Amino acid sequence: MAIYSTNEFKAGLKVMLDNDPCAIIENEFVKPGKGQAFNRVKIRNLKTGRVIERTFKSGDSLEGADVVDVAMQYLYNDGEFRHFMVPDTFEQYQCEEKVIGETSKWLKDQDSCTVTLWNDAPLAVSPPNFVELAIVETDPGLRGDTSGGGGKPATLETGAVVRVPLFVQPGEIIKVDTRTGEYISRVKE
Amino acid sequence: MPTEWQPTCPIELLRLRAQVFADIRQFFLARAVLEVETPLLGNSCGTDPQLDFFTTDYCAPPLQRTLFLQTSPEFAMKRLLAAGSGCIYQIAKAFRNGESGRFHNPEFTLLEWYRVGFTLPQLMNEIADLMAVLFSGHRALKPTQRVSYQTVFQRYTGLNPLAFSLQDYCAYAQANEVSEAVSLCGSDHGLWLDFIFSHKVQPHLGENALCMVYGYPACQSSLARLNKDNSHVTDRVEVFINGIELGNGYYELTDAKEQDRRFDEEIAIRQQKKRPVTVKDKHLVSALEAGLPECSGMAIGLDRLLMLLSNSATINEVLNFPVHRA
Repeated sequence: MAIYSTNEFKAGLKVMLDNDPCAIIENEFVKPGKGQAFNRVKIRNLKTGRVIERTFKSGDSLEGADVVDVAMQYLYNDGEFRHFMVPDTFEQYQCEEKVIGETSKWLKDQDSCTVTLWNDAPLAVSPPNFVELAIVETDPGLRGDTSGGGGKPATLETGAVVRVPLFVQPGEIIKVDTRTGEYISRVKE
Repeated sequence: MPTEWQPTCPIELLRLRAQVFADIRQFFLARAVLEVETPLLGNSCGTDPQLDFFTTDYCAPPLQRTLFLQTSPEFAMKRLLAAGSGCIYQIAKAFRNGESGRFHNPEFTLLEWYRVGFTLPQLMNEIADLMAVLFSGHRALKPTQRVSYQTVFQRYTGLNPLAFSLQDYCAYAQANEVSEAVSLCGSDHGLWLDFIFSHKVQPHLGENALCMVYGYPACQSSLARLNKDNSHVTDRVEVFINGIELGNGYYELTDAKEQDRRFDEEIAIRQQKKRPVTVKDKHLVSALEAGLPECSGMAIGLDRLLMLLSNSATINEVLNFPVHRA
């Protein structure tokens, strides 16, 4: 893997730090006029999601991390692993639940998502920004009540719970923004 | 449509820069300080192990020589002082290789001046006067602060900068989310001071005020002379506004032997760090032997000053063509 000097650190660059793959967020050159030059780097650990700050001597380097984002299709859950496939090549990957984390509540069979691979092994899974999922449980609403006020919790087919307007009925399909977990609209079948 | 040809600063900044230059010239004219110009290309360069220089080839066949773009006009100006120029100033370009960032461009503008007969406190008074002139009408500053390095270092870290206790420094780093300093700095006191000062002290200095920090530890003396009453500190001052380092000044070293020794020491450190080789400026050593008058000198980074005057977040916002567009 390539070696990157502090001069090459820029947002998005994937590097190895403390044996974990990380992404550079920000890199600031700090140099007292008469002193040692440093680079103060803000960096995200891609395994834990934690953001830390770390200072390097300018000119120091880190090994690049073999991290790529690949669009895949979610296939199924076998109880132990979740399985994904690259549509173009039919290559399949299996993921442990802990890699998937919070994303699991948005994953429906056959839906597409982004799998981040580190050394060809899944590191993280992110859902599409918008998903369309069926409501399996919510209080029956009042038909004709189309006002936006209030709202009620609704459980979706993947287990996610989102707040929906009162008029939305069990069995209906809704569009949700996975970044905020907010209801967007009903989807006509 | 390509936009790369355009300046990165608004046209208004060109006017502000011109105004600042005019104010500086007026200020020194009124104080009978002579404006001078010295070469940007020299046969040698500063030996500071922390500075990297640019070189270029002078070709007049069969003569071929390496020339150095100056990292500061200091040496040439001291030669003028030794030759009897009296008090002098200049607004000059300086070049430092590899320095690029929010506050750095490898080519930048310095105001550098020398006052014959001035001690460091007198120089500090003049810095405050100049800043008051330059900031008036642009930005209100709170009263100027003058604080010793030791006081300010202790205030923000609880550590004594003059006595190196590896154990205390390591404990501080571990407890303050900079544990990487332990391996990065090792047992190098100067490096620890650079690290902790720039990360933990400097950001607090001069909130909407000029803050002058004097009495740097002797291991950070560079070209300043040691304080005559306390050899642990040096007669050096640095000035800050809003945590931004604006400049550096010294009660200048006039002892040729001591200067020669520091040159050798710095060249040895450069070799040890495998930095590009430089040569000792023999003209400066000769000038000091001939006699540099007792004087104090100061350098201010004018691009950073313009950042403060215009409330700009990056140096690119005050330069017309920073290095990536030059």
